[in-house]
Amino acid sequence: MRRPFVAENPSVLVFLIGLSIFTVVVTVLAEGFGVGALSTSFVKTLGKTLCLCLVAIAMDLIWGYCGILSLGHFAFFGLGGYMVGMWLMYARTEIIVEGALAQGDIPPTPQEIIDGIGNQIFGVVGSSEFPVVWTFADSLVIQLLMVLAVPGLLALVFGWLAFRSRVAGVYLSILTQAMTLALALYLFQNDSGLRGNNGLSGLQNLPGVTAPQSAVSLWFFWASALALGAGYLLSAWVVSGKFGSVIRGIRDNEARVRFLGYPVESFKLMLFTLTAMIAAVAGALYYPQAGIVNPAEIAPIASIYLAVWVAIGGRGRLYGAVLGAAFVSLVSTWFTGGQAPDINLGVYTVHWVDWWQVILGLSFVLVTLFAPKGIGGLFDLMKREDKA
Amino acid sequence: MSQMNTLLEVSGVSVSFDGFRAINNLSFQIGPAELRAVIGPNGAGKTTFMDIVTGKTRPDEGRVLWGERSISLLALNEAQIAQAGVGRKFQKPTVFEEQSVRENLMMARRAPRSWWAVLTFRASAQDMARVEALAGEVGLQDHLDRVAGELSHGQKQWLEIGMLLAQEPRLLLVDEPAAGMTPEEREHTTDLLVEAAKTRAVVVVEHDMEFVRRLNCKVTVLHEGSVLAEGGLDHVTANPDVIDVYLGR
Amino acid sequence: MTQLIRLCCVLICAALLALAPVAQVARAQDTPADAAQSGTGAQSGPQIGPLQSVLQQDAALFAKSSRKTIGPVIDRIVSSGLPGVPALLSAWQNKSIWQRKADGLFFLVEDLGDRSYALIDLDSGTEAGRAEKSDLKQLKPNSGVRGLIATALVQFQLSDPSRATREEALIAIERRPGPDLLAPLRASVAAEPDPVLKTRKMRIERLLTMAYDDDPQDRIAAIEAMSTDLGVDVRAALNPLVATTLAVQPTLPEDRNIARVLVPGSAQLERLAAYDMLVAADLAPPRRSAAEIKTLLATHIDGGRVGGVPVARLSDPEARVAAYGALFAEGLVPPRVSDADIDAALASHVFFETYAEPDPAVTDAAEAALATIATRVGLNQSLDLGLDAISLASIYFLAAIGLAITFGLMGVINMAHGEFIMMGAYTGYVVQQVIPNHTVSILVAIPLAFAVTFAAGVAMERLVIRHLYHRPLETLLATFGISIALQQLAKNIFGTQARPLTAPGWLDGALVLNDVVAISYIRIAIFVLALIFLGFFLFLMKRTRLGLETRAVTQNPRMAASMGINPGRVNMLTFGLGSGIAGIAGVAIGLYAKVTSELGADYIVQSFMTVVVGGVGNIWGALLGATMIGTLQKGIEWLNPSNTLAAQTYMIIFIIIFIQFRPRGIIALKGRAAGD
Repeated sequence: MRRPFVAENPSVLVFLIGLSIFTVVVTVLAEGFGVGALSTSFVKTLGKTLCLCLVAIAMDLIWGYCGILSLGHFAFFGLGGYMVGMWLMYARTEIIVEGALAQGDIPPTPQEIIDGIGNQIFGVVGSSEFPVVWTFADSLVIQLLMVLAVPGLLALVFGWLAFRSRVAGVYLSILTQAMTLALALYLFQNDSGLRGNNGLSGLQNLPGVTAPQSAVSLWFFWASALALGAGYLLSAWVVSGKFGSVIRGIRDNEARVRFLGYPVESFKLMLFTLTAMIAAVAGALYYPQAGIVNPAEIAPIASIYLAVWVAIGGRGRLYGAVLGAAFVSLVSTWFTGGQAPDINLGVYTVHWVDWWQVILGLSFVLVTLFAPKGIGGLFDLMKREDKA
Repeated sequence: MSQMNTLLEVSGVSVSFDGFRAINNLSFQIGPAELRAVIGPNGAGKTTFMDIVTGKTRPDEGRVLWGERSISLLALNEAQIAQAGVGRKFQKPTVFEEQSVRENLMMARRAPRSWWAVLTFRASAQDMARVEALAGEVGLQDHLDRVAGELSHGQKQWLEIGMLLAQEPRLLLVDEPAAGMTPEEREHTTDLLVEAAKTRAVVVVEHDMEFVRRLNCKVTVLHEGSVLAEGGLDHVTANPDVIDVYLGR
Repeated sequence: MTQLIRLCCVLICAALLALAPVAQVARAQDTPADAAQSGTGAQSGPQIGPLQSVLQQDAALFAKSSRKTIGPVIDRIVSSGLPGVPALLSAWQNKSIWQRKADGLFFLVEDLGDRSYALIDLDSGTEAGRAEKSDLKQLKPNSGVRGLIATALVQFQLSDPSRATREEALIAIERRPGPDLLAPLRASVAAEPDPVLKTRKMRIERLLTMAYDDDPQDRIAAIEAMSTDLGVDVRAALNPLVATTLAVQPTLPEDRNIARVLVPGSAQLERLAAYDMLVAADLAPPRRSAAEIKTLLATHIDGGRVGGVPVARLSDPEARVAAYGALFAEGLVPPRVSDADIDAALASHVFFETYAEPDPAVTDAAEAALATIATRVGLNQSLDLGLDAISLASIYFLAAIGLAITFGLMGVINMAHGEFIMMGAYTGYVVQQVIPNHTVSILVAIPLAFAVTFAAGVAMERLVIRHLYHRPLETLLATFGISIALQQLAKNIFGTQARPLTAPGWLDGALVLNDVVAISYIRIAIFVLALIFLGFFLFLMKRTRLGLETRAVTQNPRMAASMGINPGRVNMLTFGLGSGIAGIAGVAIGLYAKVTSELGADYIVQSFMTVVVGGVGNIWGALLGATMIGTLQKGIEWLNPSNTLAAQTYMIIFIIIFIQFRPRGIIALKGRAAGD
């Protein structure tokens, strides 16, 4: 009677197989263990793109399925990066400081080591004391738990406040944007305890790992692919069945769902928190590949771009979010990275770096107006033609 | 009237919007298995009355008591009231248009409503059978896998009634169920409501006197937010106040 | 012997050099009188006038002046009471006094060009001859000495016939008050003809009395009289009276005017800082820092052990103490000061602050006066804060009013609203490039900015928003797309650096109420502009056809349409109007902030907050929202002045919590009209 979940949802299987093939192909082509056709930096770009796809899935769950246009999910993404970044930075600085102090005649005391680490990390903000938030920075396990716990708790508290007072629609979007702005401004302060606008850096170096970056980049690529696969599976499971029905019902007619007896607020809160945690996991994998996380990453604009990816990819379908994030972020990298050739029009030279944003903004308007289902909508068209 | 025979008791309820008294000292009672029609001209407060019972609007004063243990519905929110057993059908058919008839009915089907229960819910054979039976009752058995948005207006009305029945409520509030229906469809709807009222309380708000006559039940006439008359249809239509209100003078 | 010969040579040469130019000048003179005079000067060289003789008494100190030694010299010059003293002092100050190398006499020297200098006698003021530059030595008092000279000059200048000179003298006193100036200042008050200067003199006289009068009663009276004055100068005069120095002694001295006794380890005096004071006063042995101890330990490593402790164990702080103790026992290192030592040393001494001013009655009066002033300054600062908050609120109101129209009346969320503000500001900038006159250019820029953004708004409404009514989230995203495109476009056209939008000259400066409260005219102008907009909006909504139609369309579009109102046209005009007002707001904000492509983005979140907090669909709501947010932000900034970022953070958190209690804003529409 009951069939396995994946068998009921063949598209999930297709996606997972595709992702596996992609992972194998990249591994074979990369420098680390394969033929070397793909540079390490490109592998990092691909790994980061997978993380962006994962956060886009989270965005799609909350927006595409539940209708909550959150402009704060990139903040959770960034927070995830901060949480894992604290351990990376602490552990790596600890190794460096211990190495330096071991050069002396007298072995260092634990206090000397901690002071040395503090000086190294917080020197840029004119401090050497460890702020409270770094209490568990020496423990990888606790920091990894905090990747889930801190953004999850923030989402829980914020969501509880917002949903409880029935803030919805554009009001909620503005409120989430305000939350994001508040968080970014807070982190910009030097006394936030997270190095102000310097952010956390040097995250690409895994403490105690001597393997070359070409190998490390692949490890992270695999981890990102694994997280994306798991996130896709989890999300597909969540939106299938009755829970999916209810959240789509909330999107289309919240009051009606309420009159059916469903506690709408707790559904929203649960989904908001879950997606925040998915976003945080994506961020925790993204920033070690990017090497640096700073408050500018959290600025409201980043969360809006996230919405742009999902909208271009196609809301309300998980593969749409993945497609949108991968497509827009890769094209964006290509244009803004200076790889696109400039076009000389005689009187005016088009520098893509300058004009990409304009094109992105306008194409976004066009997608909203003429293709509300995004790239995913094209698949619908093809299906319909198949039927016909 | 003793508490035993009363499912819902509304007493002395008033509510005003920006100075306009939509409901004025309204009192209303209905037993556990009773069919009741509520009629009244536009602005008489019929929809606001339903809003108050279902928790959408909070009254300024008055009591709304529910069930054998006389729980105050004013302390509950919409979802809790619905879980307590009050089902509502809106004037405009509101079904989830992007979901299939089956999904709509399954969502409405009586089951634990907490997010965890819903997340881990997997439909049993019994659930499936019940949904199919309900679809049969409202004449949608051939449309179970169609998207609700593709249904005709009347079919949507029935789907909504089906969803209401799937909730297995103790009190059904039905707002103008016959609007936009063909005469045959109306007849079918009447049958459904009369049948439902055998096991539960049903309140029907309706404009159409023919429809009300066919329901053949006690009628409550609302006017300017309070009860103007109550009794059999012939009794109330003979009431001079009611004639005044409906025909004007 | 050789020295004597050298001296003779120098003298002869000097004499020759000194005489030669005199002869030349004598020949060059036209009139016999002049020639005679110069001749007399040269001949009467040895005859010394009274002022010259005063100078000659201190010739060495005078010629090579230093700030430390010149005081008594100036005093003697001034106390001579000779008429030439003011002229001498000002010439000295201007570096116009030279010394003749030949005989060491001092002259006022005028540069005649051709490397020839006229020597003017200090006593008679007549020319006493001429000299080559090489015969003379210029006196170059340094700035410290010049300051002392200026002080000495002041008493002469105070009664100078020229008003400008007297004013300069007062400025000099304010810059460099001193006990000597009190008497001359007092003396000059009565005879002062200018009423403004007279008031000022009296005020400075009071301030000097507070600090320097001999009679403590007079000082206290002056202090009490000034204790209601908010002037910065009063506080500047009072503060030195209550200045204290921190000192430490085994017991509290009786003969000092003690401000307070400090306990080490309290907030005023940290424990280690107190101990370091003891060390500095040689009352305790210096502390050894952990780093010093480590270095000392390292220098005494002996066969892998320090003081008998194996080196490998020295990562333990306890082991380090033990090793150091062992080294100390061997007399190899100075003592380690333990925490107990520090506490003992601190316990046996008293730390206190003493006033420099010896009279306790004066210091008490000064403290009381400062406290009174502080209260009044606090009150005035709250007033200033209130005014600041109002002007910030005006800016938010200006930024939000267009949004209140498009969002509030039409339910259209326009994320590009900030970019319309930016477009208005850039319009102002471009107009200023064409029309250099700032007043005219602003007057042109305001309607032009309205026209530009009105057109942009209408275009946006027709092309985009019209197709997305009833899909608010998609409107939000589409307008956001427009916003990023416009922002980048502005960057491409105007570059990333800030462009100036200069206010007309008559808006420069500030309305100064007192030394605490001042409002810049630009802020007043923005406030007035906000009021004008409020009035304009109310007029438009309540008194015009467009307002009537807009309200009709807002409340019931279908009904309005059936009554012959074209909702499409009304929506287009309303949206254009909201955008146009954003453009004008842009000009106003541009005057106050820098014009960059991110100008709008900086205000958009606050603008939305303003509308949401105030209550959607109501102009009074926007006004209240702006007032609340402005006040709140200024209030938080005041509580934590160093950190405006934190202020914004807390403000947003406050708003999120506020929304909990009033989800529909301060002014909420109730019932069915509010919709869902």
